[in-house]
This record gives sequence, structure tokens and C-alpha cells, in this order.
Amino acid sequence: MSALLPLLQGAAEAAGEFAPKAVGEVFGPRALLTQAGYVAASVCFMLGLKALTKPETARRGIRLAAVGMLLAVLGTLIVAEIVEYQWILGGLLVGAAIGYPLGTRVPMTAMPQRIAIALTFGASAATMVGVAEYLHRSGAAAGAMPRAQAAALGFEVLLGCITITGSLVAFGKLHEILPGRPLTFGGQNLVNAAAMLGALALLGILVADPAAAWAFWAMAALALVIGASFVLPIGGADMPVVVSLLNSYAGLAACATGFAIGNTVLIIAGALDGASGFILSIIMSKAMNRSFANVLFGAFGGGAAAGGAKSAAGLTVKSLTAEDAAIQLGYAGKVIVVPGYGMAVAQAQHVVRELAELIEKKGGEVKYAIHPVAGRMPGHMNVLLAEANVPYDRMYEMEEINDEFSTADVALVIGANDVVNPAARSDPASPIYGMPILDADRAKSVIVMKRGMSAGFAGIENELFYADNTRMLFGDAKQTLTKLVTEVKSI
Amino acid sequence: MTLTYVLQIYVFVLAGFVGFNIITRVPPRLHTPLMSATNAISAISIVGALVVAGSRYSLLASVLGFLAVTFATINVVGGFVITDRMLGMFKRGDAEKDGASQGAPHGAPGDNGSAPR
Repeated sequence: MSALLPLLQGAAEAAGEFAPKAVGEVFGPRALLTQAGYVAASVCFMLGLKALTKPETARRGIRLAAVGMLLAVLGTLIVAEIVEYQWILGGLLVGAAIGYPLGTRVPMTAMPQRIAIALTFGASAATMVGVAEYLHRSGAAAGAMPRAQAAALGFEVLLGCITITGSLVAFGKLHEILPGRPLTFGGQNLVNAAAMLGALALLGILVADPAAAWAFWAMAALALVIGASFVLPIGGADMPVVVSLLNSYAGLAACATGFAIGNTVLIIAGALDGASGFILSIIMSKAMNRSFANVLFGAFGGGAAAGGAKSAAGLTVKSLTAEDAAIQLGYAGKVIVVPGYGMAVAQAQHVVRELAELIEKKGGEVKYAIHPVAGRMPGHMNVLLAEANVPYDRMYEMEEINDEFSTADVALVIGANDVVNPAARSDPASPIYGMPILDADRAKSVIVMKRGMSAGFAGIENELFYADNTRMLFGDAKQTLTKLVTEVKSI
Repeated sequence: MTLTYVLQIYVFVLAGFVGFNIITRVPPRLHTPLMSATNAISAISIVGALVVAGSRYSLLASVLGFLAVTFATINVVGGFVITDRMLGMFKRGDAEKDGASQGAPHGAPGDNGSAPR
């Protein structure tokens, strides 16, 4: 190991050119060009994200951001410190060879786990740079490392390592390699809190004495453990919040790199990413009627928790056949489709669109009501429906459409459960009481497509299924919908 | 603490404000592309990785740099390509009526030329 250290220090020295320039220092023409590239890249990122606020301009925005990335890369390739290109070229080629199919082939249903694994990649890259930087700057030849720099590097590696293992576990849960239910042991939160305090203490030691390499390595190792043990107790249904939060950490890690090596484009891009992840995780928690802390430390979202005040005892559900459902839908004036994760699992979005077109051909109107937490990540349903060629102006957000349910002939609930549970409005004893829901129960009739009578992620009984105007249509969403399409055609 | 650090903190705080203001205006229907896009943008750490990979300090340094460039490039290329592909699927109703309602799958549209490498 001791033989490796000088080699690692070599890696660190590579980033030497990034040492913060004293204010007023004059840049050479080449460095000036690099900085111009970075400024242009920062502007592209900001304008690109701004274009993402509207579906019409969003695609232009992401391309602008890609141009920004290209400018940042080109600007870096001309810095004086880079003397050979074979490793760079190799990395770019291998990365592109892996990344391109990941971009073109991954199905839209797998977006949540794709983002989780991408966070692992991103955090690994940031952490490697941070480790190299630390070795270089704490090396005997480099002189004393300023404390601010030690703090920045420490934060970078701390956040990076937490994100690496945390995202890996999130990926495992979302991809169903690991069990989605919360994995807990007694006193887990205490142990995690103690580990986190320990890591912060090590960071403190590092800042007090930047040469304390043992503290640096111990902190990194502890952070890797924390990442895993922090995500393991969180249920699969809560992964969107976790992935958003880890996204935020990855951004902050990039930011810390920027502070450490004096690179503003890293600080700007990292701050944008950090803000985005943080805002999204808060939005998601709110839409699930949970506090942020409850999602992270509540070990909820699976298991048989939370019965609610009203149980299903004595109530019966009324089911109907595909033929009857087809007649209702075929003659409906207005249908509101409520898609949920079940639609994604069954890959049923294309058949949904086909059914909607048939209803429209018969003179009915079809709208889609999207709950903010439907699916496994924010906005997941919109992407799946868009994939099936459903125009985005037919998809409505909860506030836009809730008043319209009372004028709808049929609310067609496909694989959604908790987001249409009226207990959220009416039953103060229910764990989801107060959560904003889609008012599907206010439609003249409700057809719920579901595999069976299992409870939703939250493990709560759904009164909607027992309501007078509700009929259950059991079976796999895709098969049932295909049957419906045939039936509606024959009307 | 030098003036440089102070200026960096200014940049961080201001960028954070801009980010907060832009991102709170992104509608929920675009939240998945937003996550995907910010994920691609956070691969900006490729900037640090490139220098580590190209400075010929030692074999191990180069290998570390190579791995960091590889990981970051996966996210740059994969992230921008998939976000572009996703956004290509978002269509307005009136445009939809012409061709796509025949049920013709439009595959992965325009994936070329959007990735920076």
C-alpha cells in the first residue's frame, strides 16, 4: 500500500493547474480560452435548464446543455498540464461505448434505476478526482494545505462516497435485485446517526490538520458504509425521494470539487444539480404527505404497517367483466384515465393510448390525470404516456383536473392505488390523511383495473374499491386492456 | 481564507439562487427529464478527470484518470442521449393527429449529434 501512495500522488499532481489563481493574476491566451469555454458552458447550462420549463422548448434546452458540456470538455483539453491523450481518448471511447447504448436502449419504464446507477457513476468519478487531489495537495512537496481546501475536499469525498453506495443500493431496490421492503435492525437510526457524527468528526479532524491522511481514509470508508446503511431501511416506494436526494448530494460533491480545485464551472453546474435534487425530493415528500425526515428515517413504505381506522371487513367489492366495461367506456362522453405504477409494470401504456383513440373515435373525450407521485419517480407517468404517443396536452396535473372528475362519466384507474384513496380526504386516522389525491371517486362511475386485492405501497385499505360507483376489473393491465380494445371495437 | 474562496462562495450562492428559481418553475410533467438532465450536467466532473488522465504522472495516476473519464463519459453521453430521446417523445396533440395516430412507433428519434462526443 505504501508503494501505491507516491503513484496516487502522481494522479493528484495532474490536477495542479486548477490551483486557485490569485485574484489579479494574468491568464495566458490558452488559459483565457479555457476560461471562456467554461463561462460559455455555464451560460449554456443555465439557459438549457430554463428551456426545460416548457415542453415546447425542452428539447432545445437539453441540446444547449450538451453543447455546454462539449465546450467545457474542449476548454479543458487545451490546458497546459495535459501532455498525453491516449488515456483520455481511451476513457472517452470506452465511456461513450457504454453510455450510448445506455442512452438509446434503456426502456422508459427503467428510468428510475437508470438514474440511480448513473448517480453511482457520477459520484465515483467525482470521488476519484477528490482522492487524487487530496493526495497531491497533502503531499510533502506541496507544502501545507489550506484548511478551506481540506474542508472542500473532505466534503467532496464524504458526499461522493455516500452517493456511490447509496445509489447502488437504490439501484438494487429499484431493479429488484435487492428486496424492496425496508431492511431494518434495532436501533438503526441511532447507529446511522452515530456513524454520520463520526464521519463529520473525522472531517473536523481533517480540517484541523489537513495532513491527517488517516482521518481522510477513515472518513471515506465510513461514508461508504453510511451510504448503504442509510438507504437499505427505506422502502422501494420511497426510492424516488432518495434518488432525488442523492442527486442533490452528487451535485454538491461536484460543487465541492469546484471549490477545492478553483473551478467555477464545477461550482455552477454542481449548484444547479444540488438545487434541483433538493427541490424535487421535497416536492415528492409533500406529495406523499410525509415529512422529509419521515421518508428518510421512518422505515415506512412496505410491510404490514399502518392499518388505518377502517378495515375492509364486511365490505365487498363489485367486479365487472371486460364486456361491460367496454360498453361503459364506448358510450362514455368523458373518460379520465388515472395511470399508476401498475401500468408501468405491465408496459400497458401503448394499449391505453389505443383504447383512448377508440373512445375518441366513438365521440368520447379522454384525459389523463397524473398524480405527482404516480410511478416510481416524479413525472414518470408523463414520460411513459409520451412514449406511447399520448400528446402531453392531454395529460393533466392534479390541480388542473381534480374539479373535472365530477363531470366525467368514467374514471379508469389503471394500477394506481394510494393516489386515489379517499381516506386521504375523509379519514383522519388514516396514515395518508391530508395527502393530496386525485378525486377519482367523484366520477359517475369508476373502473379500477388491478391484479388483485392487495393493498398499495403504503399497505392501506382503499375505500374507493368498495364504493357504490366502483367496479373492479381484475387481471394483468395489459391483457385486460387488450381485451377492452377488442370489445370496444366490436360495439 | 483568500479572496478567491470568497468569490467562489459568491458564485455558489448566486448559482444556487438561479437554480432554485429555474427549477421551481419546471412543471411536474417534466420532472423526469429534469432529473435526467441535471444528472447529465453533474457529469461536469469530467473536467477534473480529463486533467488527471492526461498529465503523465504515473501509470496508476493515468489508470485512475482513465476510470474517472470513463465513468464521467458514460453519464455525459448516456445522460444527454436518453434525455433527448425522452423529450423527443413529448408531442402536442395537434402535431400528433397527422402521423403518429396510425400507431406507427417512432422509435428513438434524433439520437445523433446531441451528445458532446
